[in-house]
Amino acid sequence: MHSLVPQVSPVFLPVERSCWTRSACAPNVASMLRYALKRLISLMISLAVASVVIFAVIEVAPGDPASFMLGVNAQEDTLAALRAELGLDVSKVQRYFNWIGGMVVGDFGTSYTYRTPVSQMIADRLWVSLPLALYALTLSTAIAFPVGIYAAARRGKPGDLTVMGATQLGIAVPNFWFAMMLVLIFAINLRWFNAGGFAGWDKGVWTGLHSLTLPAIALALPQAAILARVMRSSLLDILGEDFMRTARAKGLSRRQALWRHGVRNALIPVLTIIGLQFSFLLAGSIIIEQVFYLPGLGRLVFQAISARDLIVVESVVMLLVFAVITVNFLVDLAYAAVDPRLRSRT
Amino acid sequence: MSRNLILGACLSSLVVLAALVSFVWTPYDYAALNIPDKLQPPNAQHWFGTDHFGRDMFSMIMVGARTSIAVALVAVGIGMALGVPLGLTAAARKESWLDELIMRGNDLVFAFPSLVIAILITAVFGAGAINAIIAIGIFNIPVFARITRGAALSLWEREFILAARVSGKGAARISAEHILPNVANLLIVQGTIQFSLGILAEAGLSYVGLGAQPPTPSWGRMLADAQTMVSFAPHLALIPGLAIIVTVLGLNLLGDGLRDWLDPRIRVARA
Amino acid sequence: MSLLEIENLSLSIHGTDILKQVNLSVAPGQIVAVTGESGSGKSMTALAVMRLLPQGAVTDGAIRLSGSDLLNQSETDMCALRGAAIGMVFQEPMTALNPVKTIGDQVMESILIHKAMPPTRARDRAEEVLTRVGLPSDRFPLSRYPHELSGGQRQRVVIAMAIALRPKLLIADEPTTALDVTTQAQILELLRGLVTEFGMGLLMITHDLAVVADMADQIVVMRHGEVVESGATGHLLRNMQHPYTRMLFDASGHQVALPEPAQSQPLLEVTNVVRDYPLPRKSLFGSPGHYRAVDHVSFTLNRGERLGLVGESGCGKSTLTKAVLGLEEVQGGDILLDGQPVFSGHKPNLAVRRKMQVVFQDPYGSFNPRHRVARLITEPFHLLDAPPTNAERQDRIAEMLSAVGLSPDDAGKYIHEFSGGQRQRIAIARALIIRPELILFDEAVSALDVSVRAQILDLLVELCEAYDLTYLFISHDLSVVRTITDRVMVMRAGIIVEEGETESVFSDPKHQYTKDLINAAPTLPDIGRNVA
Repeated sequence: MHSLVPQVSPVFLPVERSCWTRSACAPNVASMLRYALKRLISLMISLAVASVVIFAVIEVAPGDPASFMLGVNAQEDTLAALRAELGLDVSKVQRYFNWIGGMVVGDFGTSYTYRTPVSQMIADRLWVSLPLALYALTLSTAIAFPVGIYAAARRGKPGDLTVMGATQLGIAVPNFWFAMMLVLIFAINLRWFNAGGFAGWDKGVWTGLHSLTLPAIALALPQAAILARVMRSSLLDILGEDFMRTARAKGLSRRQALWRHGVRNALIPVLTIIGLQFSFLLAGSIIIEQVFYLPGLGRLVFQAISARDLIVVESVVMLLVFAVITVNFLVDLAYAAVDPRLRSRT
Repeated sequence: MSRNLILGACLSSLVVLAALVSFVWTPYDYAALNIPDKLQPPNAQHWFGTDHFGRDMFSMIMVGARTSIAVALVAVGIGMALGVPLGLTAAARKESWLDELIMRGNDLVFAFPSLVIAILITAVFGAGAINAIIAIGIFNIPVFARITRGAALSLWEREFILAARVSGKGAARISAEHILPNVANLLIVQGTIQFSLGILAEAGLSYVGLGAQPPTPSWGRMLADAQTMVSFAPHLALIPGLAIIVTVLGLNLLGDGLRDWLDPRIRVARA
Repeated sequence: MSLLEIENLSLSIHGTDILKQVNLSVAPGQIVAVTGESGSGKSMTALAVMRLLPQGAVTDGAIRLSGSDLLNQSETDMCALRGAAIGMVFQEPMTALNPVKTIGDQVMESILIHKAMPPTRARDRAEEVLTRVGLPSDRFPLSRYPHELSGGQRQRVVIAMAIALRPKLLIADEPTTALDVTTQAQILELLRGLVTEFGMGLLMITHDLAVVADMADQIVVMRHGEVVESGATGHLLRNMQHPYTRMLFDASGHQVALPEPAQSQPLLEVTNVVRDYPLPRKSLFGSPGHYRAVDHVSFTLNRGERLGLVGESGCGKSTLTKAVLGLEEVQGGDILLDGQPVFSGHKPNLAVRRKMQVVFQDPYGSFNPRHRVARLITEPFHLLDAPPTNAERQDRIAEMLSAVGLSPDDAGKYIHEFSGGQRQRIAIARALIIRPELILFDEAVSALDVSVRAQILDLLVELCEAYDLTYLFISHDLSVVRTITDRVMVMRAGIIVEEGETESVFSDPKHQYTKDLINAAPTLPDIGRNVA
């Protein structure tokens, strides 16, 4: 009856899940590169569209920057000279490409208010905002991972319930209010930190980090609460998967199965959230800078708004959007590193 | 019904009630200055104390609830009204150029956090509560589009959809008749979560001056005003903060409770 | 002494009784099959042996492996036993492997976790067992990921993991249910070989009585958590004592007598149909390739005829079904129903579609859970220019529900109030309500328990008598197709390789593939049916 000897015949395999298509069998490096290239092209397109949108919105703004700067009584020829100096005397399309072309080589134009290069202003502020966002991201991840894994491993037990209650509260706390409370407790009452200001990096990395610590905690804790919940629920989903049962049947203990097979699979949705959180941290740092009087991008952009220094606003916004899109690109690459299935899809 | 649902519903309705009552009654006129009574801590006359102009904090919190709820509600409404049809369309035309366009458009909008949109709008048109609504609303569109598309895609694989197609029904009719009712629970739950995120976002925007402008009270701006006085009048910062926490916590618990009650299988994206 | 001895095992989960006083034993080198319909507790028995029961499970009785009671072992001791002394193979190979780890890592893990040998030797052992299960490392290197393998190949990896340390006892829970017949035959052959070679005991859980009769030395029949009958295979098949056992075997080989087909004008004419799916681009600028799912298929279905279409998964039968229904456009050829094309001008032809209806496989996914039965079964009225209203509509609903053996009162209920078999009846009522000239049954009885399947087959015969049905019956189950069709087509890789009168194709297959299919399908011994 069973005349067929055990053999593996490719003929009966549905094509979409077999390895008989070349792409699935190609070496990992090549497929990874192809994947990266595809994401890179998509990144370029996003940046191009985003820049057009930002430029167009700013263009809608009523008023002429030159007459705003010189006041209503300015002479027509001085106005024309200023327009030429600011590069406003050419067509809109031309100005868009000048703007983009300048940014590619690091020239962001000249501030309408301060008459100094925008790139220099942004660079100075970026040294506060970017370290702050990264500091907060590191803190939030460092807190969320162990907490989420702990809660998942003790599902339904008192430890889990306590942690989940705390994260529920953490999500509800506005970070800038939390920052004010931190200032009240740790700066005003305990005097462990300064209530605000930034010491600068010249006095050493530690001094700089010390003045960014309270802002970073204020930013990180609410995000950590979200991330810990995502980590937990993602792990719990994985715990229900068939392959976790297979792992247990091999003789792995519950804990070994969780660490060896659960965590890496659970990372896939967690990475998405980390990518999204970066943009929240960046935006959040703009708000938090107000609480701590930090000389970051946030302060720059609010000053620019009140001075109607639109070229600064435009450039800062473009920079923020660039950062978010780039981080999402990196997250896409991280996906492929975690999940081999993505690599073999073109 | 779970504890979450009951607690969440109680906290949320408390805040909504305060906002509604503020239309007809507040203990004091929220805008009335009363310098002699300034910076009083909570007491029998002024339950939440008074601010640096002697205004009654309790009245301001009540009216502030109105602002927060109005902004967040309209913003979520915008997100749902535009995002859900986009998501349904993308799912119905899966892998077509239209789907691709909608999803790439979503990715693009995700690159503009609410705050960035608010900065852009304010730079061009000046500050106001409408900016906050538009900024938060725009950011909500891709959230709803994505979650609708995801849920709809798995429904389109189901055999009852195939049966409807065999019965000659088109994509639009199937989306309205079969897909939408089956994703409604998910949207209600996600809507609650987005509502709570909208409250937080509105507070942040008005804190940095991009939201509701004086004299309209808003919790975020109350916190901004309190900042310089936090060392000697901490209640100015504590009370609006707690109001935000209670509202957001209530809505989150309500969302989680609704999810467990309506359908335990629903997964909520929290971003 | 037997290897595994289950004595008076009772199990309840959160207070619900799942198993009641189960007794069975497995000797070394013996294959014991536990069988029964869904809800019989057969899988729970297997999980109880592994002590991998869901939370809230309370057990009573004894499960002795080589004399020591597993129910008294600590969790640490159980971890040491699992994978080393007891191996387990699960039903669903597509999800049983971790998608982000290579097959080599996963097989080596079962060796290394027990510290049975150093990593270099574990690697050699992993290659050795993978070769033994039919995945030689020159063609299937250890660096492969699960998604690069087919279902049958993945099941081989799962088996390799289970036997890597030569356990004394192997438990296989529906190991071939998710696989095609030819793959199933290979996997069963592999399991049988391993039992002989290693002298393992094999506890096999399966609902398929043909597999049971074919493989097992001992049979245990379960129902509602109880063992109703057990014994040596040959003896039990000849002397079935319990009526449930008899019913089960009878239903498995259920035969029906179709009425003679009435007329013979062509109804559905399919000529040279080609259906291509685009494949993802290999490079950014290369032209996208395509995968031909249906390759120049032609056939004719006469009015009043019952035509079968058999083939394994991925052979193109579902794609062909969608093309016939006019749900997807074809890339070549014509599909005419009653002389009219089902697809015209890139749009489905609604005038033609009202002459066709379909019954799907999944009794749970086929209905919108938010609608009542009346609305569900009248959905095809949408195809009519003047759908019946009010009293006439009520009459039609009542008539259809009665015709499929349900009560007209069921019209007001929601779908979750019905069992799987009842749902399939409702699906048939929905298909019949506009009196289509052609019905497609797409694996319509494949998801049902054997006793329910027998009832649905009987219902089809009744309906053939009452309504002169013409249908296309698509299935992977050869025994069902054999009894419920007049003519049959065998499909493989998008091509119809053989076509003819059902009985003559089955008794005298011409094409090699048809022969392979028929040979691979395990059959019930005649003896069981004679007794019943």
